[in-house]
Amino acid sequence: MKCIIIDDEATARAIIAHLCSSVDGLEVLEEFPNAIQAIKFLNKNNVDLIFLDIHMPDFTGFDFIDTLKNPPKVVLTTSDKNLAFEAFEYDCIVDYLLKPVTLPRFLKAIQKVESTAVPVPVMEVAKKDGAKEDNLPQKELYVNIDRRLIKIDFERIYLIEAKGDYILIKTDDKNYTVHSTLKKIEEKLPDSLFLKVHRSYIINIKKIIDIEDNSVLIERDVIPISRSNRSELMKRLNLL
Amino acid sequence: MEQPNLSYIEELSGGDQSFKKKLIDIVKQELPHEISEYNTHVKAGLFDLAAENVHKLKHKISILGLEQAYYLAVDYEEDLKNKKMEKQVEFEKILSQMSLFIEQL
Repeated sequence: MKCIIIDDEATARAIIAHLCSSVDGLEVLEEFPNAIQAIKFLNKNNVDLIFLDIHMPDFTGFDFIDTLKNPPKVVLTTSDKNLAFEAFEYDCIVDYLLKPVTLPRFLKAIQKVESTAVPVPVMEVAKKDGAKEDNLPQKELYVNIDRRLIKIDFERIYLIEAKGDYILIKTDDKNYTVHSTLKKIEEKLPDSLFLKVHRSYIINIKKIIDIEDNSVLIERDVIPISRSNRSELMKRLNLL
Repeated sequence: MEQPNLSYIEELSGGDQSFKKKLIDIVKQELPHEISEYNTHVKAGLFDLAAENVHKLKHKISILGLEQAYYLAVDYEEDLKNKKMEKQVEFEKILSQMSLFIEQL
């Protein structure tokens, strides 16, 4: 795996480079004190991973990501605890390391980079703004897992669960863990099939087995229904 | 009162003396420059820039094992963004402590 390090602080670059040297197969191609130099490098070279500082003069880490057409996986390195929420709005950001970075935490980040799905070009083929229209031909969702775009038919999905920085997509025969948020995937799902019944769960309403008080049985899972979502769910059911 | 130390650097080095030396040399080089920039911005009343300097100095503070000082720096950075300087003296004492420690290495 080839990586670069972008940080305006030489100490931070030296630490990340040293940590990289403890991982077999992880090669640091270059280190950059600013994002502009890194952009020039990336115009001519491919990398698998970028260790990126957020706070840099003139051009922040987020500005840098915004310039990239197809950003590789990114691990943020920062002294700021308050940017996690903003960070995970970006599909390419796999992890968020707080400085000073320790070896165990660094290795955990590398594990995430290697084993989990990335950027989430969920339905890149779909028209972004129209994805929720039910008359669109899309009947499936594409998720990026280990560099493969895997197709999942909407009809096979019965539950999507928020799991921290990831979502777990459960289908009839397989589960998929994807680095994304419920909010993002919700935008890509057809309203006719899916409904968010709780802040951590989206269900396929066609797969409901029964509903009891404030929970719904869907396939083998019992899912809570939040009070605010219950009335919408009831509206969507063909009640006798 | 907590004292600067090399616990983090030693743990990170894992016995690699050349890396330890390299890292200390880089800190020795960067720290005075960062402190000088901070002083310039404080004197000029450029609070946002001074806050950015403190942000960067937080990393050095934590590298030198100053856990309590780190939290003070976090608060001071926020204060500076709001043009408040109450923690200036306390923060600058930490900087002096770090400079002295680094010089003696």
